[in-house]
Amino acid sequence: MDLQQIVDELHLKPITDSKALENIPVTSAYASDLLSCVMAGAKSGGVWITLQAHMNVVAVASLLDISAVILTENARPDPAVLDKANEQGVRLLSSPHTSFTICGQLWSLGLRAS
Amino acid sequence: MIPPLIIGQAERLGIDLIAITDHNASANVSAVIAAAHGSTVHVLPGMELQTQEEVHMLCLFDSLVASSAFQVEVDQRLPDLRNNPEYFGEQFVVDDTGDFIRREERLLLSSANLPLEEAVQLVHACGGLAIPAHIDRRAYGLIANLGLIPTNSEFDALEISSQLSLSQAAELIPGASRFPLIQSGDVHYLADFLGTNLLTLAEPTIAEIRLAFKQEAGRALNHLPAPEQATG
Repeated sequence: MDLQQIVDELHLKPITDSKALENIPVTSAYASDLLSCVMAGAKSGGVWITLQAHMNVVAVASLLDISAVILTENARPDPAVLDKANEQGVRLLSSPHTSFTICGQLWSLGLRAS
Repeated sequence: MIPPLIIGQAERLGIDLIAITDHNASANVSAVIAAAHGSTVHVLPGMELQTQEEVHMLCLFDSLVASSAFQVEVDQRLPDLRNNPEYFGEQFVVDDTGDFIRREERLLLSSANLPLEEAVQLVHACGGLAIPAHIDRRAYGLIANLGLIPTNSEFDALEISSQLSLSQAAELIPGASRFPLIQSGDVHYLADFLGTNLLTLAEPTIAEIRLAFKQEAGRALNHLPAPEQATG
């Protein structure tokens, strides 16, 4: 599965200057709003589903080489966070839906925890 | 933001009591205390703990002995992750002039395996004050992460950020007015200093601050207008 497929199927809105999403493979998913759990449990190349949109989200996503962060419930990062994400190459995708819904949709597409 | 500049800025603003509350750490406190010698600023050792629930809490102590005892407990409960300066920034330990001593290798940007209520008990056991930090903030705030102020909490006070006025906080945050409220600049840069808490104390100690929070025995906690309002 690639990121463009996910964006299309889930109607996600990229909010970073990310290009060529069809070239980004996605191999897993992790959902948590506690960054300490994400650091312990998320796998590189996976998507991270959260409603946290602060600066540390970018640092953690970058460190773990997350393929994209899906920000649910319209969580909006402020401009400094967006700049940092673009600088670090962290892809942020926005959705008005809840994390539960996004997880369900990803599961239906065949994505699994690992 | 090196120790002499912190002290200099506090003095310039007429602030005579500050607490150093680094994230899960207290290695830089002694340098600030040393830099404060001969100034009008009294420095309280402390830390900003990140609990298991990812809530930030200020832990203030009278002495380095007390804050070190607390640090030992926290260290035992921090995950053994290494810092990566490229992603999380450097974690320097400096001396009283701001010169580099060493890097802190362990990642401080993590949660201690310590639930909030247990953390409060531990701070009290070390003779300190337990004050949930910036409770109004979305990131690492008590209300954002726990939804409400837990009943039967033994917090000594609640801290609100500079984003909200004290009256707004009392109004908007259910249960907040049950506690003494302080407002802090959460100073990461010298321009962040606020200086809006006015404590009437016999001396700058935890016991005195505790009395002031309770408005007992002639000690008091009052608030000055925030700098913008003062010049408005």
